[in-house]
Amino acid sequence: MKKDLISYTIHLADSALILGHRNSEWCGHGPVLEQDIAITNISLDLIGQARNFYQYAAQLTGNNTTEDTLAYLRDAREFKNCLLTELPNGDWAVTVLRQFFFSAYQYLLYQQLQHSSDTQLAAIAEKSLKEVTYHLRWSSEWVIRLGDGTSESRQRILNAIEDLWMFTGELFKPADYEIEATAKGFGVNAELLKNDWLQNIKAIFEEATLPVPDENAWMQTGGKTGSHTEHLGFILADMQFLQRTYPGCEW
Amino acid sequence: MVETENINTQAIWKILEDVYDPEVPVLSVIDLGIIRDVSIDNPPSGDGGILVTITPTYTGCPAMDVISMNIRFALIQNGYKKVNIKTILSPAWTTEWMSETGKEKLKSYGIAPPKAMQSVCTPGIFQQEEAVQCPLCNSYHTKLISRFGSTACKALYQCEDCKEPFDYFKCH
Repeated sequence: MKKDLISYTIHLADSALILGHRNSEWCGHGPVLEQDIAITNISLDLIGQARNFYQYAAQLTGNNTTEDTLAYLRDAREFKNCLLTELPNGDWAVTVLRQFFFSAYQYLLYQQLQHSSDTQLAAIAEKSLKEVTYHLRWSSEWVIRLGDGTSESRQRILNAIEDLWMFTGELFKPADYEIEATAKGFGVNAELLKNDWLQNIKAIFEEATLPVPDENAWMQTGGKTGSHTEHLGFILADMQFLQRTYPGCEW
Repeated sequence: MVETENINTQAIWKILEDVYDPEVPVLSVIDLGIIRDVSIDNPPSGDGGILVTITPTYTGCPAMDVISMNIRFALIQNGYKKVNIKTILSPAWTTEWMSETGKEKLKSYGIAPPKAMQSVCTPGIFQQEEAVQCPLCNSYHTKLISRFGSTACKALYQCEDCKEPFDYFKCH
């Protein structure tokens, strides 16, 4: 029970942290100042969510585990984030589409998770849901602006759909610890979120005049169980360098 | 030092009125509505010190650690030796918990206070908050520039009359 609860909590934390880190790479590089601030605010929210989940996982794990050892001292194979969250930022279209796909998923996930039998997971979900609501609205609006914008913006978001679509299937394909989490009542059945997620994607894509890709297309998986794309190692090298080189360093 | 039997929680609340948010320095932690409870951490489970229960505004708000430290300092300075601070997440913080004096302080500081009713806390696209009042010229003729502002809790607005950009402490 405890092992599955820890794995499940770390999985939720890892997805939030890695996407938060990716978005933070935009800091100082956003297309305009207001959107630079928006994407970094979203980063902050995601990293805040990750901290809450890591703190809880650390408390459950014991043995001097802390939120920092979980974030900074695990290797790529131990990370359980969804592949979608680790993909490179690409252009603005890739970044906002990645956020839209993930926020639409997180919105449904946290709506369910706030009724978890585990009171701490429920509390984190309840708190985070308010923030994810903003992320979902913001990213939906950008998908519409780009899709129904100029021929250049449209082409870019079409390319982004082409690049990202095959990483969306993993969100709804549960890993073993998610299946256990659902069976024991503290986790959310990810498979059951898929229909509502697709409905939301279709509604926004229709508004954006974008074609909806085939939902039965082949999907890439593996992130939830530690088989990552080549990109995660680079993120960890960047993120963990200081703690690996100067263990226990603080400022 | 104040002994356990002499701790008066009303006095603690009074001290907390002078602990300010480092990001919005006109607001005290009481104004913000983030102090959820003040009690005595009674033995055997507790150490007889003060237990202050706080809740974060936003999960990633970097001010929370500083606020927590400042609460501790303020109480220690006032002679309370054992101070425990507990963070809870549920029920989630809402701008409805902000005090009326807090809202007035925000306005005179140049930040539009959150409206009484949460009107746009749903994922529906392209929503506009109704009539956010410009804190400088009081015009309601304002427009949203970005949902995300200089800190997690604020949105960026501009007044169409006096043309000044301003922060709006958004409903949450």
